[in-house]
Amino acid sequence: MVNGILAQSAVPSVVRADWLVLLFPAAGAIILMFYGQGIKRAAGAIATLLMTASFVVAAITFFQVVARPAGSRVFVHTIYKFFNAGSLSVKVDYRIDPLSITMMLIVTGVGTLIHLYSIGYMRGDAREGRYFSYLNLFAFSMLLLVMANNFVIMFVGWELVGLCSYLLIGFWFDREQAAVAAKKAFITNRVGDFSFLIGLFLIFNHFGTLDFGRVFSSAPTAISAGTATAIGLLLFGGAAGKSAQIPLYVWLPDAMAGPTPVSALIHAATMVTAGVYMVARTHVIYDLGHTAAVVVACIGAATMLMAGLIAIAQDDFKRVLAYSTISQLGYMFIGVGSGAYVAGMFHLVTHAFFKALLFLCAGSVLHALADRADITKMGGLWRKLPWTTFVFVLGWLAIIAFPGTSGFFSKDQVLEGAYGAGHTSLWAIGVIGAAITGFYMTRLLVLAFFGKSRDTEGLHPHESPVSMIFPMVLLGIAAIIGGFLINGNGENGRLARFLEPSIGPPAGAAVAAPGSSLTPETGVLPHRNGGLSSAALSGIATGAGVGGAVVALVMYGGLWDWQRRRENPGLAWRALRNKFFVDDVYQFLFTSVGKLVASAMAFVIDVKIIDGVVNNFGTVTTKIAATGRRLQTGLVRSYALGILGGSVLLLAFFIARAVR
Amino acid sequence: MISPSAYLALAAILFSIGVLGVLLRRNALVIFMSIELMLNAVNLTLITFARMRGTLDGQVLAFFVIAVAAAEVVVGLAIIVAMFRRKQSASVDDARLFKW
Repeated sequence: MVNGILAQSAVPSVVRADWLVLLFPAAGAIILMFYGQGIKRAAGAIATLLMTASFVVAAITFFQVVARPAGSRVFVHTIYKFFNAGSLSVKVDYRIDPLSITMMLIVTGVGTLIHLYSIGYMRGDAREGRYFSYLNLFAFSMLLLVMANNFVIMFVGWELVGLCSYLLIGFWFDREQAAVAAKKAFITNRVGDFSFLIGLFLIFNHFGTLDFGRVFSSAPTAISAGTATAIGLLLFGGAAGKSAQIPLYVWLPDAMAGPTPVSALIHAATMVTAGVYMVARTHVIYDLGHTAAVVVACIGAATMLMAGLIAIAQDDFKRVLAYSTISQLGYMFIGVGSGAYVAGMFHLVTHAFFKALLFLCAGSVLHALADRADITKMGGLWRKLPWTTFVFVLGWLAIIAFPGTSGFFSKDQVLEGAYGAGHTSLWAIGVIGAAITGFYMTRLLVLAFFGKSRDTEGLHPHESPVSMIFPMVLLGIAAIIGGFLINGNGENGRLARFLEPSIGPPAGAAVAAPGSSLTPETGVLPHRNGGLSSAALSGIATGAGVGGAVVALVMYGGLWDWQRRRENPGLAWRALRNKFFVDDVYQFLFTSVGKLVASAMAFVIDVKIIDGVVNNFGTVTTKIAATGRRLQTGLVRSYALGILGGSVLLLAFFIARAVR
Repeated sequence: MISPSAYLALAAILFSIGVLGVLLRRNALVIFMSIELMLNAVNLTLITFARMRGTLDGQVLAFFVIAVAAAEVVVGLAIIVAMFRRKQSASVDDARLFKW
């Protein structure tokens, strides 16, 4: 069934089971789609088992690849030929290389834990079977996206991910909020996908192929910097949709209308990481089109800052986390946009750990409080939910980049990458963002879990079952020690060395654009041209993060009466509270104006002009016929006279012509 | 020998009588006979020209016309009889089924 194709080295017989990674979740999705409703409770177990199997295969593949020398860790397997159209030939093939394996491990690993958690969370839901079917489909789509070896298959995965997000965000479609959020997510993503698609057309136009290997190897000679910039920007348009960056981030905060484990899946393992992965995968394009890379980094920084600020003023537990995801994605884009691809990917990995953890905690809290998510009405939950509080603290430490936690290492490396690439201002924004992150996360922690219990009468919070606590504890451990284990040493870290065959520089290519301080020699992390030392950078960023946390601790820890202050909010608070009015502006610009244009189309263009033309054809024809049908007398002799008259005329005509 | 123009003139007269018969009479049988008259006028013309030119084409064509006319008489008379049975009339003005 699977033919190994020679890629960069002979395919060993060992890396042969890797297609099972895709098969397991796909099989789960299909089986549960048809039989899930019948077997109810078993659906969750089946889905989780299949995801676990998928994770095990991914892990085996990982170890097999690691066992090989660094130069021969890229494999391409062709399953079959998809289609031929003119000069375009598309194969269904997939790529096993360090970058895709990293993503596979995250998707299947974190995905498995979320599946496990979902068993407890979704117990008793009327459509449990369908839920797990969608969940498996989501994992499959994301795996297809990251394992693709050409842009077409990647786009298929890309679209499937969008579809799954629609299905899952709108899982409780009988709630209007969920149905609307699902539509918003889907439509916003479509805007990005359109840009992505145009990018693919441009690539095909210039390269004549959409195969990763051929595009990336010929890119340095085949296209100019301008073309690379155009392609890079168009592809990033797609990434902005999937990974929730300005201007297309608006769908993500609303996406929490779905079940909470789905939010964890979207925010951590699948979906939003797609954009970052895509930029890292197509890094050759961004190395050539330096302007595009700078735009990516700048938009990342702007998004990071804006989402962080908005998060400060939100009261919904999950909404705070949603904006923090957008903000952290901004960090990742600062990383990949600055050429620090490893740092960006590293932050993606650590973020997957702690953000999945935080969202699962949110699920546990909502579970305990009967879906009431307003943190101003929580407080003192640690007494009732000791385990949830404990693991939430672990996730909190990681996201504020407390020294030693996973977030500390990855955020440091992202900021160091930005600084090293010469983007000092982006670095500064990143540091401010770190302080803001510390502030809003601490606010969330203190308001929800500590202090006095506010307004929880009538509710009896209870700790979640073991099947929900267990994955949270595992993720908590990963959030704390994962960063150190994976890439504690910066540019010589394990991840950096592992990823080098995938996102190291293409050999011999003039990677660095003029004016860029990217260094092709290492390609992994640029060397700094003087300036602050690594330790100083780390100290400043960590100080900012912890400082923000301390300020929030003081403000919301009891010294400041935030409840009274809220009765008379300032202008800044109101702006933050209303998310800088972006949703309202979009509502006006696209929805209201769109409706206006649509009604103009419907009632003027369509009814008056198009229908008018069609109707007039009918009326005029009827009128002509009403007159013309009077010729039809039914009298045979009048017809005969007509024939005679016609014959005479014809005869006269021919005679006249003959005479002349 | 009578000149060909006399034959042609006779044919023209016969044809005109036929035309007038078709246009002016109402009885289907008379109209039918007038049509036969026109056909035979045409036959006369064909044969006249055939003799003038010394070829056989016109004569062959005339035979065809006679054969077809014979067949047509059968069909036509059948229709007229059927019509008469329904309407008790052979007037074409009574058969105005296709009037608008």
